[in-house]
Amino acid sequence: METLILGLPVAYYIAMVAKVLVAFVFVLLTVAYATYAERKIIGHMQVRLGPMRTGWHGLLQPIADGVKLFFKEEIIPSEASKFAFLVAPLVALIPAFISFAVIPFGAPVSIGGYTVPMQIAAYYDQAGQQIFDINVGVLYILAMAGLGVYGIVLAGWSSNSKYSLLGGLRSAAQMVSYELAAGLAIVSVFMLSESLSLHKIVADQAGGIWNWYAFKQPLACVIFFICSIAEINRTPFDLPEAETELVSGFCTEYSSMKYAMFFMAEYANMVTVCAVTTTLFLGGWHGPFLPGWMWFIAKVYALIFLCMWIRATYPRYRYDQLMRLGWKVFLPLTLLNVVATGIVATLVK
Amino acid sequence: MSTEIMTLNMGPQHPSTHGVLRLVVELDGEIVEKITPHIGYLHRGIEKLSEHRTYHQTIPLTDRMDYLAPMHNNLGYVLAVEKLLGIEVPERAQTVRVIMAELTRLKSHLVWIACHALDIGAMTVFLYAFRERELVMDIYEMVSGARMTSNFFRVGGLSKDVPEGFVPAVQNIVDTFIGHFDTYEGLLTKNTIWLQRTVGNGVISAEDAINYGLSGPPLRGSGVDFDLRRDEPYSGYEGYDFQVAVGEKGDTFDRYKCRLVEMRQSISILKQALGKLKPGPVLADEPQVCYPPKEDVYNSIEGLIHHFKIASEGFPAPEGEVYVGVENPKGELGYYLVSDGSAKPYRMRVRPPSFVNLSAIEKMAKGSMMADLVAVIGTLDIVLGEIDR
Repeated sequence: METLILGLPVAYYIAMVAKVLVAFVFVLLTVAYATYAERKIIGHMQVRLGPMRTGWHGLLQPIADGVKLFFKEEIIPSEASKFAFLVAPLVALIPAFISFAVIPFGAPVSIGGYTVPMQIAAYYDQAGQQIFDINVGVLYILAMAGLGVYGIVLAGWSSNSKYSLLGGLRSAAQMVSYELAAGLAIVSVFMLSESLSLHKIVADQAGGIWNWYAFKQPLACVIFFICSIAEINRTPFDLPEAETELVSGFCTEYSSMKYAMFFMAEYANMVTVCAVTTTLFLGGWHGPFLPGWMWFIAKVYALIFLCMWIRATYPRYRYDQLMRLGWKVFLPLTLLNVVATGIVATLVK
Repeated sequence: MSTEIMTLNMGPQHPSTHGVLRLVVELDGEIVEKITPHIGYLHRGIEKLSEHRTYHQTIPLTDRMDYLAPMHNNLGYVLAVEKLLGIEVPERAQTVRVIMAELTRLKSHLVWIACHALDIGAMTVFLYAFRERELVMDIYEMVSGARMTSNFFRVGGLSKDVPEGFVPAVQNIVDTFIGHFDTYEGLLTKNTIWLQRTVGNGVISAEDAINYGLSGPPLRGSGVDFDLRRDEPYSGYEGYDFQVAVGEKGDTFDRYKCRLVEMRQSISILKQALGKLKPGPVLADEPQVCYPPKEDVYNSIEGLIHHFKIASEGFPAPEGEVYVGVENPKGELGYYLVSDGSAKPYRMRVRPPSFVNLSAIEKMAKGSMMADLVAVIGTLDIVLGEIDR
């Protein structure tokens, strides 16, 4: 009989740590190269080249940026609220990473007689039949996404700068308006899957592109993605850091690694949001021929590309227009969608 | 709950105050309650300096006023001096002046659309417009040797004739730019967010626009049909067939449309001007005022002395005062010259369109959101070099 910890073999814990490492490295690398990809992709859309000097076609640019930011002088404004000022970047960064814990990113694999699901916070029972994952995975993601905004609000408030304060305020308002619509958009997915477990939601979308919730719930899919872009403060909803109005908004006063953390948080959020959209609407890791994790990465990257494309195309919303869009357009639409889904689902049954 | 008005200092170092404009803004939340522009950060005393220079020596100073439209500044100034002296400019010089003036209008409007779009968050148009501007810059470099501070016009004509390759280069612009304008319009005019941001923003009525003394697109956007090129023609503009763009509501979108139509009209004027470009002299036959041809300066002692005298002493202008206004891309650029009969102006006063247009900023942006204020700065299309001089 092997040693059990809390009723599970030690190997389970090793697998868990390994998965954490893999996912963490994946997100970190994606974040680093998303900055590069963004500069390159938008560069080429805008008839310029993007980074070209550091390494072949600027491939080492993210590393150069990291080193540079690391060695920059730390500046803390003398009037800043010091503790909050220091904590804010962490509050922004950590939720962006830990949302990844519940996202299934590949088909289960068998290693040494154990079946290991490609989802960090999940395991199979020892017979390899029944999966245990967080049964409120989606709620967990919404909660973490909601936490991220505290970092921005704190940063805006603690900097004791007027521009930062306006950025923080905008962010708080934006978050509240879009979280609701995003949450309601997901509700219609639950109604079809009858579960909050992401594993179950992905499993439901197996077997062909027409099983994707994107096709069963097109409206919810579009609204969720737009709300997600608003939640992660990207163009056309990048009001909190609107460079031309607020001079970078909440992070005006930040320098060095603390600034880099906000930057990483922004991109990590983008990766997470694209991963969630993939999981909820685009069939997760399911796809023909290639292994699951490849499909997952391909879908996530395609969505990241879409985010960048949007940034190159659209101007910025105004604060009140953004609120109006959230409360007066998306919220009623998602509510209607929920009602319609309910009626149709009942009739079909 | 008690609320307070927040005073925000915007500029002179701010990404969207277009140079060194400083606005002290009073904000109620995000609503703009009061705007106080502070100017003077780019003051170089150009008007005063000109009192100590001969008429020719002031031309390079005018380049540095509206640095986005240098040739237009040159044009207004030389027209004023020519009016003072009563000089007729040869036809070829006039046609080249019109070509350069319209190219300058394109150049200035391209920077405007670039920055205006960037202020509202549309980044791509910025780079597209700068790509096109480069073609105009090439022509600048071709004719004057400089990309920005051209110093190309002279009292009585041009500093030299345009080089070979000038006509094909302008023709290239005439042929390709309409397509580029369509691209910008595709990215902006049909974009819902752009429309939401510009329609109904920064409204100023025709009456207010006139009372504030606005000119150029901010005036025409409000529906006032006034364009100096048509209403008080200079440099042969009466011989060109073009349409003056007029808006209706006086909002940011109307001004945007006006300028885009203006750019298309400039292309049409360029096309007509290329047809009119006939060989001939580019400098008036006025040896008292105009520099002799370079061959004479290098090869004959008389030519050298002639050049030296004009360059060092200048030429006396008859006593009197003149005012000449030209339709600069930004509005009416006026030069008021007072001469006491010497070789230097007694007083030069410039009516900068940006300065007057800026005065309406509070009227246009009061009560709107902070983001709208940025859009209004963009739509006014101000250049601080000209405001401060």
